[in-house]
Amino acid sequence: MIEIRNLSKTFTLHNQGGAVIPVMHGAELVVAPGECVALTGASGAGKSTLMRMIYGNYLAAGGSIVVDGVDVVQAEPREILALRRDVLGYVSQFLRVVPRVPTVDVVAEPLLAVGAEGEAARAKARELLARLNIPERLWSLSPTSFSGGEQQRVNIARGFAHDYPAMLLDEPTASLDATNRETVLSLIEEAKARGAAIVGIFHDEAARARVCDREIDVSIYTPGLTAGAA
Amino acid sequence: MTPLLQVQNISKFYGHRIGCQDVNFDLYPGEVMGIVGESGSGKSTLLNCLAGFLTPETGEVRFEMRDGEMRDTVTMSEPERRMLSRTDWAFVHQHARDGLRMNVSAGGNVGERLMAVGARHYGNIRAEAVDWLGRVEISEERVDDRPTQFSGGMQQRLQIARNLVTGPRLVFMDEPTGGLDVSVQARLLDLLRGLVREMGLSAIIVTHDLAVVRLLADRLMVMKDGHVVETGLTDQVLDDPQHAYTQLLVSSVLQV
Repeated sequence: MIEIRNLSKTFTLHNQGGAVIPVMHGAELVVAPGECVALTGASGAGKSTLMRMIYGNYLAAGGSIVVDGVDVVQAEPREILALRRDVLGYVSQFLRVVPRVPTVDVVAEPLLAVGAEGEAARAKARELLARLNIPERLWSLSPTSFSGGEQQRVNIARGFAHDYPAMLLDEPTASLDATNRETVLSLIEEAKARGAAIVGIFHDEAARARVCDREIDVSIYTPGLTAGAA
Repeated sequence: MTPLLQVQNISKFYGHRIGCQDVNFDLYPGEVMGIVGESGSGKSTLLNCLAGFLTPETGEVRFEMRDGEMRDTVTMSEPERRMLSRTDWAFVHQHARDGLRMNVSAGGNVGERLMAVGARHYGNIRAEAVDWLGRVEISEERVDDRPTQFSGGMQQRLQIARNLVTGPRLVFMDEPTGGLDVSVQARLLDLLRGLVREMGLSAIIVTHDLAVVRLLADRLMVMKDGHVVETGLTDQVLDDPQHAYTQLLVSSVLQV
């Protein structure tokens, strides 16, 4: 489902003396349907960078990232947008929404985007919000005024609304209480059971051990770093 | 899928000065493209060349007509182009008064575009005008008021209703939220986003506001000194800018 070959990444800081910083070299990763792979490595090793490259948010310097037959490194913007709409979900650590849109619509949006009927999409959204213990009186409000933890759970609900065949999860259980953490782990297990290929970053070791089939230490691909260092 | 608009080698000079030079891109149905850059970067010149308000020195702006034929709108006859700008195209100006008739009622402003494409039944025109005013959140009781009696945000929403009532396929927007305060901006952006999605519109939005393009645009074109310096997926260009100028532009935004 996700196939990464010889991937490299550099950042060129034109406004800071043109410094060129190589951050990844020769990265390889294959994730099969139904499999969850954890990215590990010290802070700065490139876990988030790799995840953002898979999503097309960062531009790779070389190599290929094929998701469901589309090479994200070479694809046109509209091809990447179609991939994100239909195939590739991403639960980031921060919720970014349009002001004024009610929480239930924020969560239902990915379903509407793939052509789901309005009421069915909102029913699924309500079900997810309830599972993640967002109080019902908040559903009709915009999440911009919610607490950090509530926003994170809205973000997770939104990320799991559509059954994406591939998913990227950036610290999905960070700062959640035990009940909500359990719900998120169940959501991940359900996604795997229906065949989703998942790449995740989990600092929560117990969570990682429970849902991940393999770990990849990305520091082996970091120029100037060796695996296990720092 | 075939492009709705194909822009090839567009250049416009003002004497010896470059307005914009060698601009190329394809726009597909349903796509929203943002053009960003500082004042004088050529973004408005480019938009005016695309929309037929300026004649470029070189290049073609090919548009897919309703019969599927790609026609160069630069060399098309003036009446044909005017017909296009009344039907399939819409232009939302930065200053609402450039796009509205200030001495005609709100309903009249919307109805006029309908009459330009052949609507004649007064009751139908008025009903459609009221419907569109509702969609841009202007209440029915204001239908007979003139735009001069409206606030800036309302004028801008009225301009959008006037433009979209004929069901255009391509909308040009020049700083649509410029000059509005932030709360009014948010409401307008939310409205535009909904309309773009509902109607499956293609749009080209010129702005210097990076937050606006992040919300509205699928892809981005960055201009400097009349040249395109970077293009790509909107969030990729903003989060991982490649060109020196884009990096400067993105890093200059004040954090709230």
